[in-house]
Amino acid sequence: MSTDDRAIERTHGRHLLREMLRIRRFEEKCAELYGAGKIRGFMHLYIGQEAVAVGAMQALAADDAVVATYREHGHALIRGVSAAAIMAEMYGKVEGCSRGRGGSMHLFDARTRFYGGNAIVGGCLPLAVGLALADKMQRRDRVTACFFGEGAVAEGEFHESLNLAALWRLPVVFCCENNLYAMGTALARSESETDLCLKASSFEMPAWPVDGMDVVACEQAAARAVEATRAGAGPHFLEFRTYRFRAHSMFDPELYRSKLEVEEWKQRDPIPAFAARLQAAGLLTDADHTHIEQEIAQEIADAVAFAEAGAWEPIEELTRFVYSEPRR
Amino acid sequence: MTAGATITLSYREALRAALRDALQRDARVLLMGEDVGRYGGCFAVSKGLLDEFGPERIRDTPLSESAFVGAGIGAALGGMRPIVEIMTVNFSLLALDQILNNAATILHMSGGQFNIPLVIRMTTGAGRQLAAQHSHSFEGWYAHIPGIKILAPATLADARGMLWPALEDPDPVLIFEHGSLYNLEGELPAVADAVEIATAAVRRAGHDVSLITYGGTLGKTLQAAEALASEGIDAEVIDLRVLRPLDDATIIASVARTHRAVIIDEGWRSGSLSAEISARIMERAFYDLDAPVARVCSAEVPMPYPKHLEDAALPQTPAIVAAARRVVTGHE
Repeated sequence: MSTDDRAIERTHGRHLLREMLRIRRFEEKCAELYGAGKIRGFMHLYIGQEAVAVGAMQALAADDAVVATYREHGHALIRGVSAAAIMAEMYGKVEGCSRGRGGSMHLFDARTRFYGGNAIVGGCLPLAVGLALADKMQRRDRVTACFFGEGAVAEGEFHESLNLAALWRLPVVFCCENNLYAMGTALARSESETDLCLKASSFEMPAWPVDGMDVVACEQAAARAVEATRAGAGPHFLEFRTYRFRAHSMFDPELYRSKLEVEEWKQRDPIPAFAARLQAAGLLTDADHTHIEQEIAQEIADAVAFAEAGAWEPIEELTRFVYSEPRR
Repeated sequence: MTAGATITLSYREALRAALRDALQRDARVLLMGEDVGRYGGCFAVSKGLLDEFGPERIRDTPLSESAFVGAGIGAALGGMRPIVEIMTVNFSLLALDQILNNAATILHMSGGQFNIPLVIRMTTGAGRQLAAQHSHSFEGWYAHIPGIKILAPATLADARGMLWPALEDPDPVLIFEHGSLYNLEGELPAVADAVEIATAAVRRAGHDVSLITYGGTLGKTLQAAEALASEGIDAEVIDLRVLRPLDDATIIASVARTHRAVIIDEGWRSGSLSAEISARIMERAFYDLDAPVARVCSAEVPMPYPKHLEDAALPQTPAIVAAARRVVTGHE
């Protein structure tokens, strides 16, 4: 047992495991429902990367902001959007967290300051910069966490946004989830320089690689970055080295990577690895594990029931919210 | 100051007065863009504002249109009231992703949760020999997009008056300032009148033909109306002011009175705002028409540099007169 494991507090350790399992089981259900035709459109599963969202999100306060991509079910769930509201959104029901208008790729939630669900790669980075600018100008002690994949690093908006955030010393933590493939294009096939932290460092911001398969490492790195950012040290960049176990989307035959490579990464699956660590440290029993699984199964069953029972937004409301409605 | 007192100022000064007024009225207002601060604005609109309001609120940005427009969207989401200046409409294409995929979309896509009270100002149009990458008129493209509002101030009163209601609007508003107007001078009431941003304005009443235009071609169209008057043709001139949402009622009411319409638009003809207005007249006033709707648009070429070719590419007063004469009399 490492020093780190002794430091994990029992309740918190179980919480981390539980949160990762919530994403895993939720998305397994999503895949099943997609096959059944209940969920349509593009759907991108986060399975394999759960330690990143769960670890990083622990560092945020309730009034911080989160900006994410189209692979954001896990981020929304861990940020505090209910499984029911997310599932209803995937169904396209009006009870969904975006009234069913966004679907899998566009989860939004004002209550938890969850600003999407953005499906243009790189397009969400400037939003995070602006949210942080507003906080800085209004002297608010808040941080914006911006999640994106390594594919975004090739976009101009990545460089423009890191530059602007660093130039103006804005409270943004850039959380790059490097899962090695931008859809099907491996990092080395699209970037002349594959060291992402080196790129971020060139903007004069602290940049650290993190083992994205280790939830504790993710939590510790995020806590350090968020704390420094909140204290006024300017933006930080975290490269979470991770892997998605499933296809890019539901339409991906995975011709670009070998089954062997996927299997090798699955050996590093963050969930069983962390469960084993907790058990070895005496912080989790088989009965505990089973109990957690049962609670999650119930939560997901309730979410599906909620989505099934939900309503379709009336067609008469199609044009609502193109523009704001007059205050009543 | 006595009621009814007037001051002489330029379109540029009217825009600056509007910016100063907004910055004074609301602490959430900030101006950001390329060279808006130390340089004083590419067209000197924001000259002096950095000294008056400081670098927190008058922010020079890097040449990163996508990032600073997106940052404006984010800041609006975060409770500010940003005014983002883009040097010219051609450069705005670098930020089109942010304007279309984010600013225009997030309110609807989020089910009404997140509105974006953002104002984006930019220069548009030709006439200054700036050639093919600084001279186009894409406001008609922007007017295609649901979720944003498009303003085209053509007068001093609108240059001074449109900014504040645009900032009060809960949704993104794009303001297009025609580059040929900055030096336009005239008199305005010393105490600014409130201006609305919902309707078109009848700038000249007439009975024989409706000349429908906006922005940089309003002046040429009013000159055409005067020339037509000397021929006994009484033209009405409509200044659209708001390109999205279009004020159909004013357009249709005018055509119902005059039974003839000419649309003057500095954009290219194909798929243009003029095409949209023409279609709406066909849909809603077809049986009021005594002649086919006519259009005077820019030639479908990238804008050339030499003056004689640029002049030839743009809608000019003689062409407007000829088009109006044709729809009224049936011949040139």
